[in-house]
Amino acid sequence: MHEMGIVLHLAETLNETAKEQRLTRIGSVTLQVGEVSGIMTDYFIDCWNYFKPRHPVLADSELRLETIPAVTWCDGCGRTYETVKYGRECPYCKSGETWLLSGNECIIKEIEAESEDGEEGESSFETEDLN
Amino acid sequence: MKIIELGKNVLAANGAEAEALRERMKKAGVLLVNLMSSPGSGKTTLLSRLIRDMGDTRIGVMEADIESAVDAERIEALGARAIQVHTGGMCHMDAYMTAEALREMGEEGLDLVFLENVGNLICPAEYDTGAGMKLMILSVPEGDDKPLKYPLIFRESDALVITKCDALSYFDFDIAKCRERAKKLNPAIEIYPVSAKTGEGMEALERFLEGRLTAWRELPYRGDRVK
Repeated sequence: MHEMGIVLHLAETLNETAKEQRLTRIGSVTLQVGEVSGIMTDYFIDCWNYFKPRHPVLADSELRLETIPAVTWCDGCGRTYETVKYGRECPYCKSGETWLLSGNECIIKEIEAESEDGEEGESSFETEDLN
Repeated sequence: MKIIELGKNVLAANGAEAEALRERMKKAGVLLVNLMSSPGSGKTTLLSRLIRDMGDTRIGVMEADIESAVDAERIEALGARAIQVHTGGMCHMDAYMTAEALREMGEEGLDLVFLENVGNLICPAEYDTGAGMKLMILSVPEGDDKPLKYPLIFRESDALVITKCDALSYFDFDIAKCRERAKKLNPAIEIYPVSAKTGEGMEALERFLEGRLTAWRELPYRGDRVK
């Protein structure tokens, strides 16, 4: 529904990362997208292709998408079930007191990049979850 | 080429910007309200009424739309400070756009600033704008089934204003049913049925806004919205 906004944020985050870590080229970006995050992958790829040439560091980078399955937790019976198959109502006890455990994510899992100094050092950030 | 593990939420940068804006507004003693609804639900009409009724509260309005300046002009005609923001085709406001609009308009001398988000029940609910409070409108002609169709916005909002109540007799809108559906999604949500046209219910909403403004100014900053 708002793929353009997400791609805009993605490009910003990648540009900042490139600056911080002195990366000259990002070869690939692996994005984990939740099954019920509302992101339409076709549109998302279109938006990515539109923004990519506008950021030199991303110019020839490949977008890889991974899907995170949606899982719901039921407060009523303490079980989990597939969100997409059953929706908000628990298939075991019919309770409506259910919460999404996973499936709403949009996380940059990893990038492949070349750095200015050509160092092979591995670095990582704390995982932040603002969903 | 090396592999860098990021594990970074795409919206993390927006979240940080939103938090910074919220903290700044808290220090300034200005309550920023993110006003969300479908197009045509009466956002500008409700704001016009609030500006007229709440004479002692200084209100500013940031009107976000894809095009035109008709809404900002309506607000300015009432003597309130207003700015028109064009989102450039985007279906929602994010924290960067909000901070920029606020810089442009200036919040000094104001008590309440409404961010009139793009008319849409889906995307605005997903983006933290840095507002201290989220207010949503559902108008009577839209129907009482909207909490079932767009649950996120009802879950995210601090208060729900049901507008156009003067038209209740023409529509099959059941306020009790709507209340039950919204409360099921968000037990803390406050619900105000109003008519900006006749003034019905407006006083309760105005007292609520004043209460939230006082709380925003007096309660210590907890790094999150005042609930």
